[in-house]
Amino acid sequence: MAIEKIFKDDATEEKGERARMASFVGAIAITDLVKTTLGPKGMDKILQSTGRGHGVTVTNDGATILKSLHIDNPAAKVLIDISKVQDDEVGDGTTSVVVLAGELLREAEKLVAAKIHPMTIISGYRMAAECARSALLQRVVDNKEDAEKFKSDLMKIAMTTLSSKILSQDKEHFAQLAVDAVMRLKGSTNLEAIQIIKKPGGSLKDSFLDEGFILDKKIGLGQPKRIENAKILVANTAMDTDKVKIYGARVRVDSMSKVAEIEGAEKEKMREKVQKIIAHGINCFVNRQLIYNFPEELFADAGILAIEHADFDGIERLALVTGGDIASTFDNPESVKLGHCKVIEEIMIGEDKLIHFSGVEMGQACTIVLRGASHHMLDEAERSLHDALCVLSQTVNDTRVLLGGGWPEMIMSKEVDELARKTPGKKSHAIEAFSRALVAIPTIIADNAGLDSADLVAQLRAAHHKEGCNAGIDVISGSVGDMAELGISESFKVKQAVLLSATEAAEMILRVDEIITCAPRQREDRM
Amino acid sequence: MALAFDEYGRPFIILKEQDQKTRLRGIEAQKANISAGKAVARILRTSLGPKGMDKILQSPDGDVTITNDGATILEQMDVDNQIAKLMVELSRSQDYEIGDGTTGVVVMAGALLEQAERLLERGIHPIRVAEGYEMASRIAVEHLEHISKKFDFEATNIEPLVQTCMTTLSSKIVNRCKRHLAEISVKAVLSVADLDRKDVNLDMIKVEGKVGGKLEDTELIYGITVDKDMSHPQMPKQIEDAKIAILTCPFEPPKPKTKHKVDIDTVEKFQTLRLQEQKYFDDMVQKCKDVGATLVICQWGFDDEANHLLMHRNLPAVRWVGGVELELIAIATGGRIVPRFQELTPEKLGRAGLVREKSFGTTKDKMLYIEHCANSRAVTIFIRGGNKMMIEETKRSIHDALCVARNLIRNNSIVYGGGSAEISCSIAVEAAADKYPGVEQYAIRAFADALDSVPMALAENSGLQPIETLSAVKSQQIKENNPHYGIDCNDVGTNDMRQQDVFETLIGKQQQILLATQVVKMILKIDDVISPSDY
Repeated sequence: MAIEKIFKDDATEEKGERARMASFVGAIAITDLVKTTLGPKGMDKILQSTGRGHGVTVTNDGATILKSLHIDNPAAKVLIDISKVQDDEVGDGTTSVVVLAGELLREAEKLVAAKIHPMTIISGYRMAAECARSALLQRVVDNKEDAEKFKSDLMKIAMTTLSSKILSQDKEHFAQLAVDAVMRLKGSTNLEAIQIIKKPGGSLKDSFLDEGFILDKKIGLGQPKRIENAKILVANTAMDTDKVKIYGARVRVDSMSKVAEIEGAEKEKMREKVQKIIAHGINCFVNRQLIYNFPEELFADAGILAIEHADFDGIERLALVTGGDIASTFDNPESVKLGHCKVIEEIMIGEDKLIHFSGVEMGQACTIVLRGASHHMLDEAERSLHDALCVLSQTVNDTRVLLGGGWPEMIMSKEVDELARKTPGKKSHAIEAFSRALVAIPTIIADNAGLDSADLVAQLRAAHHKEGCNAGIDVISGSVGDMAELGISESFKVKQAVLLSATEAAEMILRVDEIITCAPRQREDRM
Repeated sequence: MALAFDEYGRPFIILKEQDQKTRLRGIEAQKANISAGKAVARILRTSLGPKGMDKILQSPDGDVTITNDGATILEQMDVDNQIAKLMVELSRSQDYEIGDGTTGVVVMAGALLEQAERLLERGIHPIRVAEGYEMASRIAVEHLEHISKKFDFEATNIEPLVQTCMTTLSSKIVNRCKRHLAEISVKAVLSVADLDRKDVNLDMIKVEGKVGGKLEDTELIYGITVDKDMSHPQMPKQIEDAKIAILTCPFEPPKPKTKHKVDIDTVEKFQTLRLQEQKYFDDMVQKCKDVGATLVICQWGFDDEANHLLMHRNLPAVRWVGGVELELIAIATGGRIVPRFQELTPEKLGRAGLVREKSFGTTKDKMLYIEHCANSRAVTIFIRGGNKMMIEETKRSIHDALCVARNLIRNNSIVYGGGSAEISCSIAVEAAADKYPGVEQYAIRAFADALDSVPMALAENSGLQPIETLSAVKSQQIKENNPHYGIDCNDVGTNDMRQQDVFETLIGKQQQILLATQVVKMILKIDDVISPSDY
């Protein structure tokens, strides 16, 4: 007798081998997609949005690419998710984590074909991941004590991160920018205090770090263009028409003269408000909301610089850096904390005028101004710089550092191979497979650079047979080189996150033996 | 379609629109039902045990869930068949009653149905089968009572509880840090438990998750977390010995419900109105201050001016807190929810030892922790994990572990796991079968066979030879008269579940057998399925 249909009409069910196949295929497809962006010679992708205007993004940031994809395959969604989390947590290594997870699955597929149970593979992978992690831990370098050395470590990490991005031409310049910015934070990971302003025009080299705060606004007409020893009141209040907030109130008059009277009263009210604000003894007033002409004129008369419509982030950041309160009522001037800075002036970047606050109270904040030929270029530059900043700020907290260029992968793979030899039972196949997946990363880096990967990786493996070797792939010269001499470093925290999340994701996908897809919800046509 | 005819050959119409319905009767109906039930059980069978596999479920909106929790799998499946829906209900009621063993109960029911099919083929009447199952289930439940162990724990010695929760968690993806999670669950349950009345109110445990960090960072908070931040960025981030005013009225001028208009026609009126408005805000803040509140939690929003006044008077505030959270805060801090400013009194304030704001990761996510509350019974389990699916799965696993701990506090009897209880019951039922005269004997034997299917599935999922392993363990149990031998799923090297510390709650196991038997009885009694045909 035929088995009854259990599911609703369009629901599908994939079982056992087929389910596993579907998730392997999906995951590997995603890996192959981002694989070519890995490494210093990785290529970029163009992403065109389906939304209005078909906006174009050019990037080689793994997280950005994956975020923009519309994927139907559930296993692929898991991979996209880990790359997103990697981005949120450490900011870099978003491509590596997907590639490693994909390679682990590719190896697992072979093992499953050789009739090894997925659970055995998982327990092998877990042992291998633990072993790989301890191998890395043994080889980390920690220069926390030596400030000078630590700074050069940061510099190297920043250069390594940037070398795979569009900024690689000027990586030294940008690495210096990023390191300076992060060092100013003094250990906090609050990247809010670093502001990035993008201005098209000029070349990437013209980008600079400014030690103050730059607000993308213009100074009102007739107001001073430069203020020294500024006292700043940061406010969030209505400076247009101050409405009566009591519900149901409305103006009803019977003659023109009364209208004029009430208008006068309103004006008087505004004048009073402005007087109160001026009574704070300030010479600069920044408001989140609009400032109408009338109060602006009053401020100009009092010689106060009034800046209107700074956006919410701008206001908060300004309050943060100048150390002032955000005020909304002005009746007790003595208890409102004012912000201070040495000089406020209008500066020109390219064609645009900006307001520059320098010598602010909180020394942590700074602004990076990016210049570049086009918007796409600037967007990508911002993403790259953001990656570098994230990595650096994480490294400041966890100061352990590793070498780069495929060195950590070779170290791990060597230890994991060792473990495989010692482990009895079927697990050892899985552990061996883990080591192969690790080696795949330097292989891909070499492939992307157009080098003979098989030859290079073999040489690398031979070099790593010796204890304490620093060999990695030198993509520039196309040979095996000493990573310590070349100054290629990576943060331990990033590598560890890559290793652990990739293993976790691979495990999650391997555990699946059935996919049940519900019928897609019918969209009602609004036509 | 069978039709009845009268003496002139005209058909009697019994059902409405009879020709549009399909009808299955007698043995056909039973077989169809059984095969549907078996199909559902087959889906879950591979998820059983510590080496069970997961399922990917894609919802109608394309969201992906990865789980091996039986109840969740069945819940998310788009099931159309009536009998399959019964099985879904079965797993759900196990989830409500016990919280754990949702997969096992379905596998058990499936096995019972499979055995019943064979008996039906031999021509045994379904009702006799059902009655035999009923007797057998009674024997099994009694036997479970017999082999169960009381085990003692106190608030100071939680080790046994932790062990049991670990058994539950070991079948989930979180088994990497099951020890940590089990401890958290046990501590959470103990802190809300009423040990004298043996009652646990699980509503007092809130399980929250946030993406990011490691599974190991999951923590237990003696208090409440709210996914909100202070209304003003410059308010203090930490308040000690907070007195909390819990308000459901906005910091805004009142909006009377009657329709009215305030007409302004003179300058004086305009100015009085303005003063009035300022006074409103001032009064509101002053009232909160007067009763001695040091933190205001409000269900509604604030006006900019009110916000600044609060900040100014050094009164931190949180706005837009949801109704459920507001209630939890009120319970935890022992405060009262106040609907009007006039009704604020010092007695109505809630108290908490520490309120702090914490931020996460590189994005600016902030959460508010309210800890050391006056009524410290409310706790929060805060889960961190690699991705969203992981967190959701962890939530489900923690829920299972919490339920297990609760069941143990209600009734501290346990049976050993790893299929040992089922094997022991199977032996007992088999032995008892011979004493029954009549056809039921066959049904009781079949029940014993069905009990074997759970350890069989365990062995199968663990990659062992199912039949060989099962028969070895069974003979060992009989030979040594020791009901603690089970399937060695984790390849530890011993079959003795006492040494492996694998155990389950007695009520959970009993409930599994009773529920499964009930549903199977219900399915067997159906002999007519009338359903509208598709076209």
